[in-house]
Amino acid sequence: MSDLLLVKGLRLAFGQTEVVKDVDLRVAAGPFGLGVIGESGSGKTTLARALVRLHPVLAGSVVFDGTDVQRASGKALLKYRRDAQLVFQDGDGALDPRMSVLASVSEPFAIHGTIPRAKRRAQVAALLDEVGLPADVIDRYPHQLSGGQRQRVVIARALALEPRMLVLDEPTSALDVTVQERVLQLIERLREQRGLAYVLISHNLAVVDRLCEQSVVLYRGEVMERGRTRDLLERPVHPYTQALRAAVPELGVTRPPIARRAANVHSTLNGCPYFDRCSLAVDQCQTKPTLRSVAGREVACHRAEEALASH
Amino acid sequence: MTLRVDDLRVSYGDRTVAHLPHLCLEPGQVIGIAGESGSGKSQTALALMGLTHYAGGKVTGSASLAGIDLTSISQREWRQVRGRRIAMIMQSPRSALNPTLRLGTLFSRTLKLHGVARSQHQGLMEKALDEVLLEPQILNRYPHQVSGGQAQRFAIALVAALQVEVLIADEPTSALDVTVQAEVIEVLQGLRRRHNTSLLFISHDLALISELADEAIVMRDGTVVEQGKVGQILADPASDYTRALIDAVPRIGAGNRE
Amino acid sequence: MALIVLAAILAPWLSPYPGDAANAVHPEAALLSPSGAHWFGTDQVGRDIFTRVLFGARVSLGIVVLVLAAASVVGLAIGLAAGFLGGWVDTILMRITDVFLAFPALLLAVALSSVLSPSALHAALAIAFTWWPWYARLARAQAISIRREGYSDAARVLGASRTRQLVRHVLPNASTAVAVQMSLDAAGIILTAATMSYLGLGAQDPVPEWGLMVAQGQPLSTTAWWVITFPGLAIMVTAVASNFIGDGLQGALDPKRGNR
Repeated sequence: MSDLLLVKGLRLAFGQTEVVKDVDLRVAAGPFGLGVIGESGSGKTTLARALVRLHPVLAGSVVFDGTDVQRASGKALLKYRRDAQLVFQDGDGALDPRMSVLASVSEPFAIHGTIPRAKRRAQVAALLDEVGLPADVIDRYPHQLSGGQRQRVVIARALALEPRMLVLDEPTSALDVTVQERVLQLIERLREQRGLAYVLISHNLAVVDRLCEQSVVLYRGEVMERGRTRDLLERPVHPYTQALRAAVPELGVTRPPIARRAANVHSTLNGCPYFDRCSLAVDQCQTKPTLRSVAGREVACHRAEEALASH
Repeated sequence: MTLRVDDLRVSYGDRTVAHLPHLCLEPGQVIGIAGESGSGKSQTALALMGLTHYAGGKVTGSASLAGIDLTSISQREWRQVRGRRIAMIMQSPRSALNPTLRLGTLFSRTLKLHGVARSQHQGLMEKALDEVLLEPQILNRYPHQVSGGQAQRFAIALVAALQVEVLIADEPTSALDVTVQAEVIEVLQGLRRRHNTSLLFISHDLALISELADEAIVMRDGTVVEQGKVGQILADPASDYTRALIDAVPRIGAGNRE
Repeated sequence: MALIVLAAILAPWLSPYPGDAANAVHPEAALLSPSGAHWFGTDQVGRDIFTRVLFGARVSLGIVVLVLAAASVVGLAIGLAAGFLGGWVDTILMRITDVFLAFPALLLAVALSSVLSPSALHAALAIAFTWWPWYARLARAQAISIRREGYSDAARVLGASRTRQLVRHVLPNASTAVAVQMSLDAAGIILTAATMSYLGLGAQDPVPEWGLMVAQGQPLSTTAWWVITFPGLAIMVTAVASNFIGDGLQGALDPKRGNR
């Protein structure tokens, strides 16, 4: 399978702090989903912004369909702007409060001149219908919509230019559970109908599990584990992935207490980023582990074998 | 003490935003209230804390705790009850902490406010922090220097130190990372075990409720659509809405991608 | 406020003695106290004060409109450029703005208008000259916060040009705050204009400017109270009314509250 998006050695800074360190990602041509799993402080939102060139790159490359995204300008950049779109976490702030749904969703047509003015309303109506919104929202303003409706409008706008790839940054975490379910169904449908590829960034393992065949687990901006989503979630190897997996509440299940780190192990600057919270940490973990192949996926952990055995 | 609620109704003008016909929360018991935004679950919590009128609303019906009717006592009497017998923790604990005070000062003042002798403060604070798995050094920090999970555990430590009888937790973990969320849930379990605290746990996440609670109430648009034992509700939900909520709980491995 | 604007527009028809707005002199009717014929009395040269207060609304509102228009256009342009472009453009523009803000506004306006010949128009220009930095600062702050909004990011990801981002998103959203500030400032401008005329740096006799009328009536305040009282009241009422408008506008311009 050919790669649609290839990210190599990506390093990103936020202010003076390096928040993403040496990250590689591959996204195959759609339909395909890559999950980026991370909690707050993992650098995932900065990563999402960098993928659509909203955040400057410190080092490394982002190549989309053969085009170096960082160096693209003029026509090549405009083409990238058509091919790759971002769906934000917060559908509220993502829509201009002074613009109607019609104005917001037709803005991409106006920018790229793809659809003549007279036909835009019909196009927007078709997009709204595709994302499951009633026809009468077209003349409403963002504050007159519910959170779920706003998120659909944002998705409709992202689809307007028929992109080949979406970057979805926590697309459902601001929504009620039942609404969340419908947005997930929408993403699944679009994936099949439009042959979309996407990078889904989320802390929610179940969402990633459902939508992505491949996943990457980030902790403090570094890749802890990567591989097939099913492998990662059914048999997590890295102690952090295991902790994430164990933290997912399930109906009618009481979880065992969280394993705690031995008190005599001291924190380190150059070692494993998960050192402080890891229950398996030993002295060896004061040197940084590199990604290596364990049990059919890549893991950055000196004690991967022990972790695998203990799980 | 048992918290008993009868026909509790919260209204703003002519609009009833929450109606809870009956609730009986025994010491050490956990009751979960599930619902989405606008279901009235948070309004119910505010009413039980005597805070509705600050938002311009009105409460009718009764809610009694240790012979005190929470819906009819004055604000003056509330001061003897709030934080003492009944307390609440919220989604963003950091915003509930005075940003200009160190956590230690905050803790001490709270204890003093509730009549705890100064000589006992240090011991009580350390014991309570230990219960919620926080190091005593955190007392030297300001609220903005601690993480969301630490702030939430600190709030629970206050509850533990004051021996509060009823704790209302309104979405206490939904602003937290999943691994941190698990820690807070564990701390809440400990609180109940050690102090026999009753817990009213409000959440949109039915899975969390099923893990913590004995009984559950499902609310929608201000009314109770289902109420009963958690096991019963999960096994055999009476309303379609409850079923939809159950179905919406994300499951791993259900229909994953290859 | 609507009443004041109406009075300004209809002054020639409302007034019983429209000629008194200008250079008329009626020595025989000087300093008459308020009566049925002269509701607000007459001044030292016999002009009807009611007439002059009505026409004064035109002058004051004219100054306000001129100052607001000039200051907001300049302020928005400079503030948006600084906030939206950032970097060295921001640094240079804001240093210039700070220099202006470092002078007391009235002092600067007084200094400026004393260089020019005294007239209502020059006073307005002088006030505008001291007023724009406030709008520049406000517009810059707005532009910076709008640039960080999700919808600005979305526009960038969609490939919107800078001009488009500025015109379609930053300008409309920043204008709200500036418009509210403008309406709140109207009172201050009326007062500043009145102060300058009072000091002899603004409108000159026979222009019926309220501040000037107060200044001219001041020596008579013990014997003919009406000469300064009515123009003074007019200044106050207009100032208060424009503050109410500011509050109202704030509500009306908030897209979350307006029922559109």
